[in-house]
Amino acid sequence: MSDERLSRRTLLAATTALFGLVGTADARTVTGLPYLGNEVYPPPEARPGPWLFFTADEGAAIEAIVDRLIPTDDLGPGGKEAGCAIFIDRQLAGPYGRNEGMYMQGPFPANPLPTQGYQNQLTFAEQYRRGLAGLTAHVARNFGNRKPHQLSAEEMDRLLTSMEKREANSPEFNGSALFDLIHNNTMEGFFADPIYGGNKDMMGWKLIGFPGTRYDYREVFDKLNTRYNRPPVSLLGRPEWNKAGGRT
Amino acid sequence: MRRLPRKDAVIVGLGWTGAIMGHELCQAGLQVVALERGPWRDTASDFNIGTAPDELRYGIRNDLFVRPSQDCVTARNTMDQVALPIRRWGSFLPGNGVGGAGIHWNGHTWRFLPSDFNIRSHYLERYGEGIFPENHMIQDWGISYDELEPYYDKFEYLCGISGTAGNVNGQIQPGGNPFEGWRQRGYPTPPLRMQHAQNMFTKAATELGFKPFPLPSANLSQAYTNPLGVTQGPCTYCGFCERFGCANYSKSSAQTTILPVLMRHPGFEARVQCEVVRVLKSGDGKTATGVVYVDETGEEWEQPADLVILAAYQLWNVRLMLYSGIGRPYDPNSGEGVVGKNYAYQANSAVNGFFDNQLFNSWAGAGSLGITADEYNGDNFDHTGLNFVGGANINCTTFHARPISARPIPPGTPRWGSAWKKATRDNYLTTQNIGSQGSNMSYRDCYLDLDPTYKDRLGRPLLRMTFDFKPNEERMSAYVTSKMEPIMRAMGAKQIVSNPKKGPWSVVPYQTTHNTGGAIMGDNPRTSAVNKYLQVWDMPNVFVMGASAFPQNAGYNPTGTVGALTYHAADAITKQYLKNPGQPLVQA
Ligand SMILES: Cc1cc2nc3c(=O)[nH]c(=O)nc-3n(C[C@H](O)[C@H](O)[C@H](O)COP(=O)(O)OP(=O)(O)OC[C@H]3O[C@@H](n4cnc5c(N)ncnc54)[C@H](O)[C@@H]3O)c2cc1C
Ligand code: SF4
Repeated sequence: MSDERLSRRTLLAATTALFGLVGTADARTVTGLPYLGNEVYPPPEARPGPWLFFTADEGAAIEAIVDRLIPTDDLGPGGKEAGCAIFIDRQLAGPYGRNEGMYMQGPFPANPLPTQGYQNQLTFAEQYRRGLAGLTAHVARNFGNRKPHQLSAEEMDRLLTSMEKREANSPEFNGSALFDLIHNNTMEGFFADPIYGGNKDMMGWKLIGFPGTRYDYREVFDKLNTRYNRPPVSLLGRPEWNKAGGRT
Repeated sequence: MRRLPRKDAVIVGLGWTGAIMGHELCQAGLQVVALERGPWRDTASDFNIGTAPDELRYGIRNDLFVRPSQDCVTARNTMDQVALPIRRWGSFLPGNGVGGAGIHWNGHTWRFLPSDFNIRSHYLERYGEGIFPENHMIQDWGISYDELEPYYDKFEYLCGISGTAGNVNGQIQPGGNPFEGWRQRGYPTPPLRMQHAQNMFTKAATELGFKPFPLPSANLSQAYTNPLGVTQGPCTYCGFCERFGCANYSKSSAQTTILPVLMRHPGFEARVQCEVVRVLKSGDGKTATGVVYVDETGEEWEQPADLVILAAYQLWNVRLMLYSGIGRPYDPNSGEGVVGKNYAYQANSAVNGFFDNQLFNSWAGAGSLGITADEYNGDNFDHTGLNFVGGANINCTTFHARPISARPIPPGTPRWGSAWKKATRDNYLTTQNIGSQGSNMSYRDCYLDLDPTYKDRLGRPLLRMTFDFKPNEERMSAYVTSKMEPIMRAMGAKQIVSNPKKGPWSVVPYQTTHNTGGAIMGDNPRTSAVNKYLQVWDMPNVFVMGASAFPQNAGYNPTGTVGALTYHAADAITKQYLKNPGQPLVQA
């Protein structure tokens, strides 16, 4: 989102008609209050459809994983149905996957302190690509030459537990790092606005009782400590509104 | 490099302090240009209800903050470690673009306690030298609360702060903070409405002997028109406040209080996406002659000016001074030098309470919706035998329940699977915390300098931060946190999890964007970089705004004090300095 946003801003700043002045330095000069109607740069809506980043096997592996991290159970649907894999795919195909905006200059030391945070030379997209290749090899070795998405739910839970607990780590496969990455992005997908491809029909929000982007909650203060019953709203509105033909 | 026509004043950064200064200088008749490294931003174009409440974009992917690829900081805990770049922001979130961090702040708007300003002499007199921690650099500010009071008032009335006064001209007021310094009048607007959690906290804390009061808030309880004629609307408790722009014109910021007037002022212009890379000096090094900036195409420009105002935020003020050779850089080995010295932060803590049968509905909240108690802040309590300096305010706030980041589950719950899912659902609406905002003293080995290895996109060294929480702060935090637990118990939590502040400081979890020090104020050029008017001792036509001036940090958020110091400086510039430009306002 940032690339696009910045370049549009630059364009805007260079539009002399809006800013009233000429010359290179002055092209960035702002006087008065330049108001542009509807200039809010909504994020492009992620829609279901073919993978943009994942290969077919990678996508199948991620779908199988997100569906165990957030399983379908008596509380409702799980990560796959929520679109978490679509979410991750679209994120990796975009600025997030390229670590855009992050400081990515070296040197990258071998042993940073835990207090020094992210020090990975690879982009998130590269971490997925390599991590999933490592996972595929690990599964083939340990689960009878099968692919990750061919594991039963129970086997997948065992695999994920071993990754989380660092028991699957080897020089070729940093299972715990891959687990943390997928876990983090799956939760993002399940709870982010549905405009990004996950949290389909706001199912993540409905599960916990988050009413979304309503923006005005003054009425809540009249009835504290009571359940709020209005259905959630997202940046895309609500499915009901769309069915009524209000939006496409 | 191309040279532009001279201006009376150039302001580096158009955030909170840059906007205030811009307006005051233009009112005094100066021709002013503000240079801002980030984009133009305004409410109508950039913070719209259809896009603003987007947690992933703004809360997680950090869309409003400066991108580390543009400007970043390296960090380490101790002087013998190798500092590494903060490749993505975590612990703090520096602003970018017109409005600066004021766009996406919470709006807690505090005055520091009178004794915070003379902390060194105050503690010395009351407790003796023995109370000060090892290697401390605690200093008095060189300004008193009484001197600052009119300027606190001015900033609060600019913003329309919502709150309940505790001390009007020495008269203690019911429902306010009995420990606060005197104020000449009440807050401009009444406090925000309180949520269920604040009501429970107020009851519990009052029964335990505290005197809780509403947190002074820059999220306004009602419509307000400020002395500049700019109107704000009432806050709707949208829950997308900290890290987000407000779509309602309800959160005080440069956008909602000053820019509508300033941008139309004939004496003012702003240039956006123009990053100042250094301050230019005269041949004898005694005056600044202007600044050099780089536009977004990479072209360099020289902007000559008689007066240079650094208003780039604490971190970038210090970095610009170090690059430009303004003031003597601090040397932690000898203790000599002043620029980069006394970097401090904020020692916060939290007590989480998991409840049955309470619905907090915390998604209905505002950046500074809360109740506070000040019994254990500053020197409001007897420190005899406690073995630490400082304190913390205790607060119960409801500012959001955005679900990517705020899904509390009791410790020991699995991170995934059906058990996680159930715990997440069961605890989401029924968890509340009590927080503390703690002071942070200054130390000889907590400082800022230039990194020897890592460079920014223009090839200039990054700012290097050497910082850790010290035993003094850990003891303070443990003590104050132990006072929070009984309140949580009295509120009826079934399970309580305490997190007092402990070192080592990590760059990863968000803590606060309350970075302080590095260009500190004081009464002596040997121990401070700027005088009480924020004027550089060694270069009288340069003034440095912001929390970089704090000699150490108090148990409150900084911006009330930052705003007051800015108005105080502006008053001195327009009433005294301009009569005698280029002269120091305080004799060294
Ligand atoms: C998430 C968050 C929550 C906060 N909550 C609170 C709160 O509740 N209460 C409180 O008191 N404070 C809070 N703060 C802190 C508050 O925002 C700052 O104290 C305040 O904005 C500081 O004002 P400033 O003018 O010093 O810096 P800013 O407002 O950040 O403005 C500095 C400007 O300078 C620009 N700049 C920097 N370097 C250059 C350069 N070289 N050239 C050109 N331009 C440059 C920046 O892009 C920026 O726009 C919060 C901050 C954050 C990030
Ligand atoms: S909580 Fe209030 S002040 Fe903050 S963004 Fe929402 S409406 Fe604005």
